[in-house]
Amino acid sequence: MSDMYSKKVMDHFQNPRNVGEIKDASGVGEKGNPTCGDIMKMYIKVGKKNGKEIIEDIRFQTFGCGAAVATSSMITEMVKGKTLEEAEKISNAQVAEALGGLPPIKMHCSNLAANALQDAITNYRDNLGTK
Amino acid sequence: MKHIYLDHAATTPVSKDVFDAMQPYFREKYGNPSSIYKLGQEAKSAVEHAREEVADMLGAKPREIIFTSGATESNNLALKGVAFYWSQNLKKKPHIIISSIEHHSVLDTAEYLEKNFGFEVTKLPVSKEGIVDPTDLESVIKDNTVIVSVMYGNNEVGSIQPIKELGEVIKRVNAKRVRPLQNNGKSHDFEHENSLQGSDPCSQPIVFHTDAVQAFQYLDCDVKGLGVDMLSLTGHKFYGPKGVGLLYVKSGTKFLSQQQGGAQERGLRAGTENVPYIVGMAKAMSDTRKQLTISKQQIADLRDYLVKRIAAEIPDVVLTGPEIGKKRLPHIASFIFKKIEGESILINLDLLGIAASSGSACTSGSLASSHVLTAMGYDDLLAHGSIRFSLGKMNSKEEIDEMMKHLPQIVEKLRGMSPIK
Repeated sequence: MSDMYSKKVMDHFQNPRNVGEIKDASGVGEKGNPTCGDIMKMYIKVGKKNGKEIIEDIRFQTFGCGAAVATSSMITEMVKGKTLEEAEKISNAQVAEALGGLPPIKMHCSNLAANALQDAITNYRDNLGTK
Repeated sequence: MKHIYLDHAATTPVSKDVFDAMQPYFREKYGNPSSIYKLGQEAKSAVEHAREEVADMLGAKPREIIFTSGATESNNLALKGVAFYWSQNLKKKPHIIISSIEHHSVLDTAEYLEKNFGFEVTKLPVSKEGIVDPTDLESVIKDNTVIVSVMYGNNEVGSIQPIKELGEVIKRVNAKRVRPLQNNGKSHDFEHENSLQGSDPCSQPIVFHTDAVQAFQYLDCDVKGLGVDMLSLTGHKFYGPKGVGLLYVKSGTKFLSQQQGGAQERGLRAGTENVPYIVGMAKAMSDTRKQLTISKQQIADLRDYLVKRIAAEIPDVVLTGPEIGKKRLPHIASFIFKKIEGESILINLDLLGIAASSGSACTSGSLASSHVLTAMGYDDLLAHGSIRFSLGKMNSKEEIDEMMKHLPQIVEKLRGMSPIK
């Protein structure tokens, strides 16, 4: 079963980066579907660098299969320190690519980390609007 | 890395004795059973001997056994064969009843007939323990019901279905049905049966089919005792080969062959007989029957040990299916580990050389959660957290101990990652 995933997926699955919550998160996003069996939660802490909003810290929690865990972990590495504009442009396909690909069956349901992050960024902006 | 195999409900290794019994039929006694010379007749007699042996174990007549390529084919043949036969002979479209926890080879076949031919399908509900209630069957039978298919033992949670009681319901209904024509004791007599063309619903006897794939090695499968008209088996769940199975069909049961091209299996299943595999399956069945009592107890004890340890050492775990006791197959124990997903557990076990399986679908190539657990009333999230351990005669207490060195940590690690509180 571990053979169906790339080395990189297995690395992120076994040693996931940035697992956990951020208590005073700037934004929280959640994507997934109980029917599919994958739920991802992204927490971001937004800071400023050179006048631009950047992702200072990011954490995730994921319920799901190997691909769901690996994509969540991968995206946290990809966007840490990036501006919000850069981060929100990352697509699920790019996350899968960075992992050396995913089995076809996993591309749809388990590959939602980018959407979860976008959701967190939207939540951050919504929070700003209400403050 | 030492392997620990805890997935015997998926398949089993071929035993040495079975393997040896099969050997001569590959390179020495390789004749085609349909050939008239000695080599062919030798193969034919091996097949017929196997047929007599398996018929005897099922309490059936040899002519009631059709060898197939496995239980998937047997289940397809049973449902399609009966439904297509009656679709030619009834005014209404045939109605099929199955349980909601059938194997996909029954479930998908019924849905295929529903979708592509407009046949009616009713799925019987099950209790939280995964057991069909015979009174539910009684209430869904219609005048155009032609077949009822309920598995003997469930492959995911191990629940044993009340086959005998379901059979009694069907017998009662059949006794009330008017039979306009007798079949003169001849079975599969299609020419004669054409005179039934367009007959009223209600005149046809309901056929009772059971998929006994998980049950044969541990439960009594006497077809008369069970009261079934059709019964499916496969070779590879009890140390026989894959790619061979059988369908028992009670004499007089009306159905249409689904494979044309030869007179094999009395014209009911065309195709050259898979001689070595048929020999292997018969040998595996008879070996299984000889060891029935010992292995049943030994496996149930080991399962009880596994269940006890998991319950004691891992919090928030549910043993699915009936409580330990009579209504359970001895070799299957499935658990829901709350807040985490099955595949993640399986990959972690696989990395340690431990093989188990998940009802959750990521692994089986579809993404929906287990239809068995959802039918039993578990929500999708819980259903995605299920792991099935299925034991075999080679498993030991030491292997369970080894697995239990790791499982609690795996569960804890994954729960630490979960967004579900």
